[in-house]
Amino acid sequence: MAEKLTFDLVSPERKLLSADVDFVTVPGTEGTFGVGPGHVPLMSTLRPGVLDVEGDGAKRFFVRGGFAEITAEGLTILAERAIDLDDLDAAALDQEIKDAKEDVADAKSDDVRDLAAEHLASLEELRTSL
Amino acid sequence: MASLKDLKNRIVSVKSTQKITKAMQMVAAAKLRRAQEAAEAARPYADRMDAVMANLAAGMAGQATAPELMIGTGKDDVHLVVVTSSERGLCGGFNTSIVRQARTHIDTLLAQGKQVKLLTVGKKGRDQLKREFGSNIVDHVDMGDVKKLGFVHASDIGDKILALFEAGEFDICTLFFARFESVISQVVTAQQLIPAAVSDADVAETTADDDATPYEYEPEEAEILKTLLPRNIAVQVFKALLENAASEQGARMTAMDNATRNAGDMIDDLTLQYNRSRQAQITKELIEIISGAEAL
Repeated sequence: MAEKLTFDLVSPERKLLSADVDFVTVPGTEGTFGVGPGHVPLMSTLRPGVLDVEGDGAKRFFVRGGFAEITAEGLTILAERAIDLDDLDAAALDQEIKDAKEDVADAKSDDVRDLAAEHLASLEELRTSL
Repeated sequence: MASLKDLKNRIVSVKSTQKITKAMQMVAAAKLRRAQEAAEAARPYADRMDAVMANLAAGMAGQATAPELMIGTGKDDVHLVVVTSSERGLCGGFNTSIVRQARTHIDTLLAQGKQVKLLTVGKKGRDQLKREFGSNIVDHVDMGDVKKLGFVHASDIGDKILALFEAGEFDICTLFFARFESVISQVVTAQQLIPAAVSDADVAETTADDDATPYEYEPEEAEILKTLLPRNIAVQVFKALLENAASEQGARMTAMDNATRNAGDMIDDLTLQYNRSRQAQITKELIEIISGAEAL
């Protein structure tokens, strides 16, 4: 593939990755989707999951909370938490699951609870696959 | 007139104070660099957030279904004022200037007959505001045991604000912090958090862009906005905290630099005084000896 996708991964604390890549798989709230060069402008929220970056220096990240913005210039992921999958271990994930459980317990309205429960489910799925 | 011994002691004590202020200045300089780097690193996220917010706000503008976080409750009776300050003193006028600005703001609101609630972040600001507005303080966030400022801290504060808002405790929320301009200049800034203040320029700009790139939204715009707005508050708080941290170190560096210089001046003065009185004493002793010898 000659064309490249400009990809940025930023968390509130720092910029984690900024590179030209071939393809990125994004865990969107309404389903996982792939982004290649020349994708239609799109804005989507994220569910907890794995962000798969393909191309030179392929990398995988665990992301939680945030959203993806695709413009004509490229793809930007704004993640509240982003951890390199190599650095992610079961203990860290268990902590995330614990947090998510608290979120479900703390939820005030049904909307929020459903969303938190969904997040919890994706986390547990990830935990078993690890 | 102080004795030679007293003067000597004072010089020694001022010298050790100078050593401390000098060390503090250097520590502040090192911390400032780190704080600045952190603020710099957080900028891309905040910038993108602003852009996305402006984009969505442009789409939602004028719609009755827009969330309350964005358009407000339609009233402005109860104000929540969030004042961020430092945990430690010895940083010049840093806390005082933030508190002064906040106090002016609160006084204006009270004069207009509004109700004011206070949320303080950092010990020093609370200490100063407690005297005057003790009964208005609804909550306090202690940052004393925070080693490295992380997004979690900002999101905790954001959650507190949101919980208060959802409980209908206030209508408008304003955040006070010191924006870092340079080492010698920190500007106290008031920023409106709720309803979210999206600058018109941003909106106009993105509306113009919109023609070129219409977005597809997944899920719907309103849905995204609902998750985005609370997060935006945390992001703004985080940005403010980082700016504040950098400003605090900048202010401390300047203050300690001044203190070191003042200590140096004082040492010079004291040394001069010490030498003068030493010479005076020698002269006096000589006169005594000579007049004693003459009397014989």
